[in-house]
Amino acid sequence: MAEKKRVYPYIPNSEPRIREAMLRETGVDSVDELLTDIPAELRMKGRMNLPVPFSAEADLKRHVEGILSRNITSGEYLSFLGAGCYDHHIPAVVDEIIGRSEFLTAYAGEPYEDHGRFQALFEYQSMMAELLDFDVCNVPTYDGAQAASTSLRMASRITGRKKALLAGNMNPDRLRVVQTYLDPVMSVEIIGWERDSGLLDLEDLGSRLATDVAAVYFENPSYLGAIEDQGEKIARMAREAGALTVVFVDPSSLGVIQPPSRYGADIACGDIQPLGIHMNYGGGVGGFICTRSDRKYVEEYPSRLFGIAPTSGKEWGFGDVAWERTSFANRETAKEFVGTHAALWGIAAAVYLASMGPKGMADLGKVIIQRSLYARKVIGEIPGVSTSTPSAFCFKEFVVDLTRTGRKVGEINEKLLSRGIFGGKDLSEDFPELGQSALFCITEKITMRDIDRLVEVLGDILC
Amino acid sequence: MTSRIRPFHHMRWNEPIIYQLSVEGQRGILVPEAEKEIEQIVGDGLSSIPGNMRRKDLPNLPEMAQPQVVRHFNHLSQENLGADSNIDIGQGTCTMKHSPKINEVFARSHKITDLHPYQDCSTVQGILEIFYRTEELFREISGLDRCSVQPGGGTHGVVAMVSMVRAWHRDRGEDQQRDEIITTLFSHPADAAVPKAKGYKVVILPPDEEGLPDLEAYKNALSEKTAAIFFTNPEDTGIFNSRILEFTELAHQKGALCCYDQANANGLLGIARAREAGFDMSFFNLHKTFSSPHGCGGPATGLLMVDRKLGVYLPVPVVRRNERTGRYFLDFNLPKSCGKVKAFFGVAPVVLRAYAWIMSLGADGLEEASRIAVLNNNYFMKKMLKVRGCSISFPRHPGRVEQVRYSWEKLKEETGFGTGDVQRRIADFGTHYWASHEPWVIPEPFTIEPSESYSRDDIDEYLEIMEQISRECYEEPEVIRHAPHNSTVHHIDHEYLDDPGKWAITWREYSKKYTGYFQER
Repeated sequence: MAEKKRVYPYIPNSEPRIREAMLRETGVDSVDELLTDIPAELRMKGRMNLPVPFSAEADLKRHVEGILSRNITSGEYLSFLGAGCYDHHIPAVVDEIIGRSEFLTAYAGEPYEDHGRFQALFEYQSMMAELLDFDVCNVPTYDGAQAASTSLRMASRITGRKKALLAGNMNPDRLRVVQTYLDPVMSVEIIGWERDSGLLDLEDLGSRLATDVAAVYFENPSYLGAIEDQGEKIARMAREAGALTVVFVDPSSLGVIQPPSRYGADIACGDIQPLGIHMNYGGGVGGFICTRSDRKYVEEYPSRLFGIAPTSGKEWGFGDVAWERTSFANRETAKEFVGTHAALWGIAAAVYLASMGPKGMADLGKVIIQRSLYARKVIGEIPGVSTSTPSAFCFKEFVVDLTRTGRKVGEINEKLLSRGIFGGKDLSEDFPELGQSALFCITEKITMRDIDRLVEVLGDILC
Repeated sequence: MTSRIRPFHHMRWNEPIIYQLSVEGQRGILVPEAEKEIEQIVGDGLSSIPGNMRRKDLPNLPEMAQPQVVRHFNHLSQENLGADSNIDIGQGTCTMKHSPKINEVFARSHKITDLHPYQDCSTVQGILEIFYRTEELFREISGLDRCSVQPGGGTHGVVAMVSMVRAWHRDRGEDQQRDEIITTLFSHPADAAVPKAKGYKVVILPPDEEGLPDLEAYKNALSEKTAAIFFTNPEDTGIFNSRILEFTELAHQKGALCCYDQANANGLLGIARAREAGFDMSFFNLHKTFSSPHGCGGPATGLLMVDRKLGVYLPVPVVRRNERTGRYFLDFNLPKSCGKVKAFFGVAPVVLRAYAWIMSLGADGLEEASRIAVLNNNYFMKKMLKVRGCSISFPRHPGRVEQVRYSWEKLKEETGFGTGDVQRRIADFGTHYWASHEPWVIPEPFTIEPSESYSRDDIDEYLEIMEQISRECYEEPEVIRHAPHNSTVHHIDHEYLDDPGKWAITWREYSKKYTGYFQER
């Protein structure tokens, strides 16, 4: 007797009688008859050598959760890690909404059957534009790194120039992505920065601005946490040289810090992960690009842009603005390319911003600044530890210089780890000029007691 | 037989734009406040901000209490369909399938959501093990050797492959000479758009009479200038290119790399692989074939597999296992790497769901998924071709794998209604249908892909909807003309999306251009 065939819960027509009936109605005796286009030499020999499956859900759960249990989360330990991915509080309402299956499992429906996602993402764009004080925002890109790269390529198309000047104090992980994206269409030069203040070296910038420069790019705050307050001057210098100014900004700062549009940026970009999206081991990222409502800019976006339109029933209708820009419409003549990026995170950010409101974003910025100032002060008081350079005002992150302790950051972080603390990101490889320094991050989740505990443990380790 | 057609009406809340719901003073969530002691030491914090950088006004966000936030977004979600709620076989090429609920339990676990990418590797052994084991599974699935989980979607998989192609030829000093990439008209648009954006000239092969990439045109296009070929197979028509090995061998003879777009691999699991077809690399959409939900368009993963010889060019970092200690770690030391394509390391929850899906099915289950997908597709096709006005693309080649590109050309000739009209009307039946990637080489196209998740009854129900719409086109043109009738909204005026003077991409832009309901200011 033939072995009893398994019926798979995810595959309804694996049930043998149904399968047989369907084969009959299709006019074949076996699925192989439907695969005759695949010649023998291309057919896989034998079967795939995969592990024995966990067919029962209970067994699968035990297996996967067993593996995941080997992770230690940022909630289980006390974490001071940031550097482009942030452990902010995620309002429960955000997870509730993006967990709804109508959003979670939808893909590319038309505005008639997927009205909801069009409206939710239009609202996302609308709230982001207000936060950034610009007129236009796109449906999220893969991440902030892609948003930065595309902003630079938009600048290149607008100016007809091929060089980007990038701030030397930008996020190094992001720099690597930008380099990949721009290669070989645009070239990159790095602008120097002042070690003492942490701000851009405008003299160096001036010497690099030439008629081939498409854009000047800097980050606010910089990778090292400093708020760049020379934005207006930088934008003026860029403008005088015929270049655009692109600023990458942390949106969680914008309740209290001026958005780039107000100091002359032509394009603002960034990552929405701080706006209500779990870190997900770095997978909770999504990029935004904001500009003025100027056709010259709008037509250079590669991304989806959802617009509002009237309907014959006088409802709010939605759809894609200027579809012809996209690679879905014109494959080899499109503005870069578009695909499946991070739409669900855009809906998450919409729920987050609607929940926080104007006051919530201001309160968030305020508490982060207060606790960071406190942390920077008390950590800097530990003997051998300095937090005074770069000297500029910092938002959320700051440099902790451990050089004078004679110990390596890696070694100190290992000790912190054994006491249940994730220390700051080690900067010694990416910024050797900072010696043995680490980048510490203080979100609103870090309390005074947490900071005091860090100081106590650090003191213990270093004495 | 009783009709399967349901008297459907989509949820219709006439939901206001969120700014219209704003009530001054309302709060949706409160934020922690600094401790009194901190306030005593550092003050209000805000006065420390350099004067010119302090934002003194509040951003114009809506002000809402939590119940109203929840209700608003619940209404919007109810005005969205989602694969869980419909027979989602109309989005051909995209492999809509069931996303098992247990995998959501895993993906939402704090053991994955609350991990920081720069945690010490000793604290993330679980997720690194998932990445590592996923690579092992994909070695079997693809026949290739090395992996990157970094790309954040299918198009991003193409970005990674193009970057690898450049790194490979650069390393051989042939980058300047090899400035062309060849793709086909029925490969995904990204296979042309991305190489173009990355500085390559792109040659697009037309189909021959059987819908296959034209071999003669291909031979003419191939030269020592060719950097790589980017092919989908089966193509978006559902036709499998039986001569693919000839294509890859010819490319190799010219020194070009062969790149496979397996965004959709749903008809081939355990049946035919990238390795046997002669490809050097391939990417797989974990949000398509491997069941991670599409999330309205991401987050996603285009997992990349490459031949051993290309391993050193992979995006950094790669996941490795120390054979002595058994511990997993991230290896950044790839001096020839093509760089990075994405922030950090990839979309962990998507990889996790795909891992769980594969481990729930095993080799037999994966092959069964593909075989049933092929059966479902051919079952559907046989019946669909009996629907009045419908025909198949490239009738000289009737064989199809997991999807079919159909045409309403005849319907259009006979009734004046085409694929866009069918698309508007189908919303009235609680399902969805997509008109295919552009350009529309096949007149009035649509692409149906009934993956293994759909039962025979589901497929029959969808067929009945298609039959009814066809009948209406012939017999009740007014019904079609004014569709949709039972949707959330009525006919949308596209002029407001294409005319720069009229479009509004944000509420703020709308408010500058209009007052009330689209009354120009």
